[in-house]
Amino acid sequence: MAAVCGLMRRPLEQVSGLLRRRFHRTAPAALQVTVRDAINQGMDEELERDEKVFLLGEEVAQYDGAYKVSRGLWKKYGDKRIIDTPISEMGFAGIAVGAAMAGLRPICEFMTFNFSMQAIDQVINSAAKTYYMSGVAAQHSQCFAAWYGHCPGLKVVSPWNSEDAKGLIKSAIRDNNPVVVLENELMYGVPFELPSEAQSKDFLIPIGKAKIERQGTHITVVAHSRPVGHCLEAATVLSKEGIECEVINMRTIRPMDIETIEASVMKTNHLVTVEGGWPQFGVGAEVCARIMEGPAFNFLDAPAVRVTGADVPMPYAKILEDNSIPQVKDIIFAIKKTLNI
Amino acid sequence: MRKMLAAVSRVLGVAQKPASRVLVASRNFANDATFEIKKCDLHRLEEGPPVTTVLTREDGLKYYRMMQTVRRMELKADQLYKQKIIRGFCHLCDGQEACCVGLEAGINPTDHLITAYRAHGFTFTRGLSVREILTELTGRRGGCAKGKGGSMHMYAKNFYGGNGIVGAQVPLGAGIALACKYNGKDEVCLTLYGDGAANQGQIFEAYNMAALWKLPCVFICENNRYGMGTSVERAAASTDYYKRGDFIPGLRVDGMDILCVREATRFAAAYCRSGKGPILMELQTYRYHGHSMSDPGVSYRTREEIQEVRSKSDPIMLLKDRMVNSNLASVEELKEIDVEVRKEIEDAAQFATADPEPPLEELGYHIYSSDPPFEVRGANQWIKFKSVS
Repeated sequence: MAAVCGLMRRPLEQVSGLLRRRFHRTAPAALQVTVRDAINQGMDEELERDEKVFLLGEEVAQYDGAYKVSRGLWKKYGDKRIIDTPISEMGFAGIAVGAAMAGLRPICEFMTFNFSMQAIDQVINSAAKTYYMSGVAAQHSQCFAAWYGHCPGLKVVSPWNSEDAKGLIKSAIRDNNPVVVLENELMYGVPFELPSEAQSKDFLIPIGKAKIERQGTHITVVAHSRPVGHCLEAATVLSKEGIECEVINMRTIRPMDIETIEASVMKTNHLVTVEGGWPQFGVGAEVCARIMEGPAFNFLDAPAVRVTGADVPMPYAKILEDNSIPQVKDIIFAIKKTLNI
Repeated sequence: MRKMLAAVSRVLGVAQKPASRVLVASRNFANDATFEIKKCDLHRLEEGPPVTTVLTREDGLKYYRMMQTVRRMELKADQLYKQKIIRGFCHLCDGQEACCVGLEAGINPTDHLITAYRAHGFTFTRGLSVREILTELTGRRGGCAKGKGGSMHMYAKNFYGGNGIVGAQVPLGAGIALACKYNGKDEVCLTLYGDGAANQGQIFEAYNMAALWKLPCVFICENNRYGMGTSVERAAASTDYYKRGDFIPGLRVDGMDILCVREATRFAAAYCRSGKGPILMELQTYRYHGHSMSDPGVSYRTREEIQEVRSKSDPIMLLKDRMVNSNLASVEELKEIDVEVRKEIEDAAQFATADPEPPLEELGYHIYSSDPPFEVRGANQWIKFKSVS
């Protein structure tokens, strides 16, 4: 009806508009995109949109990125916007912060987050205390969510799937504050369906908002990054036994969306947190502490439980490594214990 | 008659001469004078800054006033600190006035500057008022950082502080230089560090990237001979700081002579602006105070040494002597400037002492930029502060 009215008032423009809309309607709705490609797209779009955005880091340009996350960008944008750095984390992190202080929007990539430890002074002391924007990093063998999440002045996001990766990095680039993006390199090659809204150049995921990946009634399971996938697997298994888990993908570590978690716990009365990081002083510990401090505590029918990485430095042997990170069976076990099953 | 002439001449700022020889207006003074300045030691440079320079009366008076202001401001800070009106860290730069004033004289306001914690002088030369600076030191709401930054965290347009972590400001400065090049506006960034910081690894990382990418960065080592309590001989295998950039050309400058500093800065800035990449300047200078207010400054050096520098190389004295001897100004005129400066400092100190502290409600403000307001937790879960950007 509205279309017809439009036709009457402004025939030519409205007709072409209608035609355009028709074409869109027949385009495919969703698309399989790996996390790596989603990050690549996100950066590409932001580089195109704002000439102040640039990327620096080891091997990001001519090598196409150590994990190929920045593939094709150097060819497209050249030396000025995509900069290969020497192996000087402290130096180039500081350069990124300085450039941001002077008004540019650098994406500073650490090949692995272990390497960022050399530069942690620049991230925490130079970045967090001054207003600006920083960025990308790949996680290596340990989870840095707790380290960076501890620090006021930083924002810390932790994407799980391709949609998260793309939407969060775009929001991070546009944010005027320093944002640490905890990419999980084990997720780079994993394809996910990218819904049509996420294919838009203006698709952003707000920093500070969690997502309920799966609705449930019996227990709230909160995770971030790769473990979100494990939680969904666990939920599928448990569903066959009649246990319906509500799985929450935190997406942002700081500022934490505790409200979404509280609302869920008030509904399900049970809570399990899942993270890849070590147990002490971690993300799960923070979630539990905050639940105790808020309205959801009175709704708990059992103590909250944490599933975490083992409290050991990351070992090398496969069997040891496998048992140092939370597996689906560990999550299922914790859920059943909490539900007293 | 004499009294009237004297009054007239005072008003016009003219030297008091016997009535028979009084001339009205500054026809009495030279407009400018040429001075010889010390030749700089050079590293990987064929030519250095000129060995003579012209100083106009106007510039001379300006530099004198600025240096005197920095000097008196620092001494006032010392006094306020001893009265416990200023607390915490306080690093004073008296003795080093030729550096901050000379550097500013060699660049444009659109250029950029970053330094470490001995930053009050630069905060002033980069444009903030003595009042804003002292009030920040006393931690009151009228301070340039609203009382939340203190001595080491003062910022102004194109002045990036004020940095507490030794050496960290150098990669930051290289990053600002990267932005200068990226924006294509012919601006340079002066990136300062001390003789102590000169041994930090991240500085060498910054040298490498600045040279590789030809960043318009003037690295400046403000060598005041002591890194806290450690003399340069005890800290550095090579104390030729102007050569430590290796592949980066360098010059060693007499940092007590403001004209030397100015010429060297002009030279260095021009070098960077021409696109040749970074350059390194070592300013040889001296601080009269200890490292900070908690350091009397005499356990690692002698009082005789301090006294010798004061009597032979004081930067304000050197400029004053030059100006008076070449008739650019009179002793009385400069004394009047001293009086005006003292008053300005006194007024600022009074304001800084009387201004109230920032309101407690603002404890959580300005954690993030451009964000909607949110809540910040206090010492326990029931204490909440609002945070606005």
